[in-house]
Amino acid sequence: MAAARARVLIRPKEGILDPQGKAVERALPALGFEGVEHVRVGRMVELEAEDPERLGELCEKLLANPLIEDYEIERLDGGG
Amino acid sequence: MRWGVLQFPGSCDERDALHACGLLGEARLVWHEERDLDGIDAVVVPGGFSYGDYLRAGAIARFSPAMEAVAEFVGGGGPVLGICNGFQVLCEAGLLPGALLLNEDLRFHCRQLDLIPAADWADGPIRQGDLDVSARRRALSIPAKHGEGRYYAPEEVLDALEAKGQVAYRYAPGQNPNGSARDIAGVRNEAGNVVGLMPHPEHAVDPLTGSTDGLEVFEAVAEVRA
Repeated sequence: MAAARARVLIRPKEGILDPQGKAVERALPALGFEGVEHVRVGRMVELEAEDPERLGELCEKLLANPLIEDYEIERLDGGG
Repeated sequence: MRWGVLQFPGSCDERDALHACGLLGEARLVWHEERDLDGIDAVVVPGGFSYGDYLRAGAIARFSPAMEAVAEFVGGGGPVLGICNGFQVLCEAGLLPGALLLNEDLRFHCRQLDLIPAADWADGPIRQGDLDVSARRRALSIPAKHGEGRYYAPEEVLDALEAKGQVAYRYAPGQNPNGSARDIAGVRNEAGNVVGLMPHPEHAVDPLTGSTDGLEVFEAVAEVRA
């Protein structure tokens, strides 16, 4: 069985101060990009998994810290 | 008292921790691949950048054989002290509540600061912003150095920590270097045998470096065993 390809997007939970996002937001006007707000900086992990059923568990235990981060799993090979 | 000081790839404060523990008893390093804590009375999870801080600070270290042994040790009531990265590791491992986030101002801070032992002792808890601390309890002069030390837990968890006396250390009023919730510098678990803090007591155990207040943090851990 071919491994499933997936992309995991991890971002700071709503309501948690994201100083990286704030710093990016503050830098934008200086470069002429006005009107950009609510910038949040997260991480992206791409992986191939033999057992895609376990991706959620893998995110909960390692890729994200569920106390402070939300994650979303995107299948890149059409699987669900 | 026999202390074990964990050592991960990327740890950098284990030597100072070993020295500090050596002042209070015997001490040895425990390599991250070791599982054997036999004969050890107290464990220190030291500061540094375990596994390069990859993914999140402390996220990888929690899966090491040594940390599995520490989880068992904690279950048996053994005292554990996590310092800086060690605090992050203990939070990631679920042995302490909360998480450590990037400093609010995105800067790495390195400075000597005043730390208030904050709860559960004879004269009651010290609340955030309590200006009368000097009259009630002497602050400990201890250095902090970190980029990810902003203590976070949901509000209801913070309330529970305060109510149960689990806030172990607070930054003195006006000295919170990282935006930590309620000036929290360190917490303990509900059973009281695991404590973690961001500042570095192991760097404050010799008059040569200006303060020996850090020893009190180690002594408090030793008392859990006593």
